[in-house]
Amino acid sequence: MKVLVPIKRAVDYNVRVRVKNDGSGVELNGVKMSVNPFDEIANEEALRLKEKGVVTEVVVATIGVAKAEDQLRSELARGADRAIHVVADQDIQPLQAARILKKLVEDEGIDLVLMGKQAIDDDANQTGQMLATLLGWPQATFASKVEIEGQTARVDREIDAGIETLEVDLPAVITADLRLNEPRFIKLPDIMKAKRKPLDKRELGDFDIDVPTLEVTETRPPSGREPGRMVKDVDELIATLKDKGLV
Amino acid sequence: MSEERDVMEFDLLVVGAGPAGLSCAIHAKQLNPELNVCVLEKGATVGSHILAGAVIEPGPLEELLPNWKDNAPEVCVPVSRDEIRMMSAQGSFKFPIVPPQMNNHGNYIVSLSSLTQKMAEAAEELGVEIYPGFPARMPLYNEAGEVIGVRTGDMGVDKDGNPKDGYTPGMDLHAKLTVFAEGARGSCSKQLVAKYGLDAQADPQTYGIGIKELWQLPPGRTEPGLVMHTMGWPLDNKTYGGSFVYHLEDDKLAIGFVVGLDYEDPHLEPFEKFQEFKNHPHIKPLLEGGEIVSYGARAIVEGGWQSLPKMEMPGAALIGCGAGTLNVPKIKGVHQAIRSGMEIAKQFHEKASAEGFDARVREGAIGAELKRVRNIRPSFHWGLWVGLMISGLETLFAGLLPYTLRNRADHSALKKVSTHKPLTPGNRDLPPRDRLSAVYFAATEHDEDQPVHLRVEDTNICVTRCAEEYDNPCTRFCPAKVYEMVEVDGAKQLQINAANCVHCKTCDIKDPYQIINWVTPEGGAGPNYQLM
Repeated sequence: MKVLVPIKRAVDYNVRVRVKNDGSGVELNGVKMSVNPFDEIANEEALRLKEKGVVTEVVVATIGVAKAEDQLRSELARGADRAIHVVADQDIQPLQAARILKKLVEDEGIDLVLMGKQAIDDDANQTGQMLATLLGWPQATFASKVEIEGQTARVDREIDAGIETLEVDLPAVITADLRLNEPRFIKLPDIMKAKRKPLDKRELGDFDIDVPTLEVTETRPPSGREPGRMVKDVDELIATLKDKGLV
Repeated sequence: MSEERDVMEFDLLVVGAGPAGLSCAIHAKQLNPELNVCVLEKGATVGSHILAGAVIEPGPLEELLPNWKDNAPEVCVPVSRDEIRMMSAQGSFKFPIVPPQMNNHGNYIVSLSSLTQKMAEAAEELGVEIYPGFPARMPLYNEAGEVIGVRTGDMGVDKDGNPKDGYTPGMDLHAKLTVFAEGARGSCSKQLVAKYGLDAQADPQTYGIGIKELWQLPPGRTEPGLVMHTMGWPLDNKTYGGSFVYHLEDDKLAIGFVVGLDYEDPHLEPFEKFQEFKNHPHIKPLLEGGEIVSYGARAIVEGGWQSLPKMEMPGAALIGCGAGTLNVPKIKGVHQAIRSGMEIAKQFHEKASAEGFDARVREGAIGAELKRVRNIRPSFHWGLWVGLMISGLETLFAGLLPYTLRNRADHSALKKVSTHKPLTPGNRDLPPRDRLSAVYFAATEHDEDQPVHLRVEDTNICVTRCAEEYDNPCTRFCPAKVYEMVEVDGAKQLQINAANCVHCKTCDIKDPYQIINWVTPEGGAGPNYQLM
C-alpha cells in the first residue's frame, strides 16, 4: 500500500506572529518556518503503519517555495521514502492544493492519503475534505487512532460526546488530530541519509489550479486589551463596579 | 544509561554554529573541499540562540566570504553616524568626539541571528554538514586523555531522568580535531578549561550581561544607520555598563543594555536597569507607541587579553567568545570570532592538529587587537571616571604602556547585602511590565518533562547562607526569571523555572558560591530569536 503524506511549511508554533505594518499580511521575513505539526503527526502514523507491514511506501509531498525543501528533508529524515516538491511561489488556497494533490494521487497510484487536519497558519481545515471529494474517496477526519485491516480503516475521532469510530473503505483520506501519536525524534544519521533520498521537483504549470479563489482584503491584529487594575478589597471592587455602572 | 551508542566519524567537528564555528567550517572546506566537516548547534535552527547588538566590522567577513552582501542578512544597515552620550537621570551629554575604537565608519548594523543563517547557507553550499537541534552534551576523551569528539544530548528523558516513549540516546561524534565555538561560558568549554587547566596562566575570565529588545516603531522616527551608545545613569559610577541604540530600516530599532557582571551591589537587577534606561526622557519618546518584536539576553565575554585561556589542548581548540576574543572597548566580537575560526581552519589544514594554535592567535591579528586595549576594561574597576581617564591614556599610547591591569572573577565581586541599601525602583511605564512578559518575546520553549538543566549543587545554601548574605541574587540577575524563592509549608525554598531559560549563562557566572551549573537541555529547546 502506497501512502501520500502532504505537508505544509508553516510559521513555527513558537513564533509570536506579527501583522505587517501595512496590513497586507503577517510578517514572514526572518521568521522561523517548520513543518505544520499536524502533518508531522500524519507522517509519523504513516511510518508506524509501514513498520507494522501494512504500508509499503511513504511519499511526502509539499506545495510551496523553494525553501520548503527543508521541510521535506526533515520528514524524509523522520523516515519517509521519497518526496515530491511542487514548487510554487504564490499563495495556494485549499481548493487549489486539493486539485494538485488529486493529480499527485493519480500519478503516483496512491492508496491512502494521511495528512494533518489543518495547518496552523490559516487554520482552514479544508484541504483533506476537498481532496476526498475530488477523488470520490471516503474521508475520516480528526483521527486520534487508525487501524487498517485489509481494505478497511477503522478510525477513532474525538468528538464532543466522546470517541466516534468510523469504518472507511480504502482508498481513503484520513486527517490527523493532535492525539493520534507523538512524532519520534529525528536522529542525526537519518538527517544525513535524508539528503540522499529521492526528491522530485514538479512545476506548478503541470497542474490545473484555475479555480475561483478567496481574496484577502485586510489583515489586522486583535485590538489590545484594557490594562487591569488591582483593587484592595471587596468594598473597593464594588465601589469601582458601581462607579462604572456595571452593578 | 549505558547502552551502545551510534558513532559517526568526521575530519573536523565544530560545536556551535555562531560566527566563529561557521567561519571555521567554511574556511576548512575552502582550504580542502575533501574534508568531512560537521557543525553541531543546540538551537532549533541556526541563529535561534544567538543575539548581539550587533555592529560588525566587515573586514574578516569579507575575507572569508567576499560576496557576503549578495546574500545579506535580513538586517544589514551601513552605519551612518555615531553618537556617544553620558546619561544623568534627567539629561544627557553628547560627547563632542567619538573615541577611535568606537568610530563605526564603514561598519554595518546586522542581525547576528540572520547573519549566521546566511553563513550557514554558504557553509552548506560548500558541503559542510550542519545539525541544528543537537547540543554537544559533553566532550569525549580517549585513554591518552585527548579530546576525540563529543556526545550529543539524549532526547526523550523525563524530569526524573527516566526514558520516555520515543527515548533516543545521543550519539558520539568523533573527529581528528574538535573545535569548541560555544560562545561565552560554553558548557563543554567550561569542562575543558577545568580538565586541562587552560586558564592556569590567565586571569579569571570576566563577563557582562547584555539584554536586548527589537522594536517596531511608528513610521518616521528612526534615522537608519545611527549608532548610539550611552554610559552612566541608571548605573552608579562603580558599575560598568551602558546602552546601545541602533536605528535599523523599516522603522525598527535595536535597543539594549549591558551590565558588567563584576557589579558589587547584590540588589542590582540588570533587567530593571535596562527598563529604567528606556524610560529616560531622551529615550522614551523614541519608543512610545511602538511595540516589542523580540527580546533576549546573553552573557558577553569581557576579559580580553589577560583572561584569554590557552586556546588549544590535545585534540581540540577553543575559538571565538568561547575562548574570549571579543574586543570590549570596540564593543565588537564578531570580526574577532570570524578571524579565530579562519585561524583554526588554517592551523588544521597545515598541521592537522591544534598544537601551536594558541601561539598563532596571540601572535596574530587577534592577539594584537586584544593586547592593545587590554587595560581599558579593567580600569573601570575604580569607577567610571578613573576608567575613562585611563582609557584615554591607553588609547593615546596605543596600549604600549608597560603594565597590565588584572581581572578578578565576577562572582567574587559581589558584596554582602548588609553593605548595600536596597535600590528604589525607577519610574517606568513602557512595556514589558516584567521579566515574564519580556521572556514571552524570546519565544523560548523547553519541554517541561525533562531534567532541570540548571543544576544547583546544594539548594540548602540558597535558604541559609545565600538568603542571609546576598538575599538570593539569582532571583535578580537572571533576565528570564528562572530563579524564584517560594514558600512551601512555611519554609522558603528555591524554585527553578527552567522552561523560561534563554541560555544566557549569567547564573553560571555570577552565582557567588559557584554552585549553579548550566548544562544543555534537550536538543532544540531554548529561545527562538528572530532578527536578533
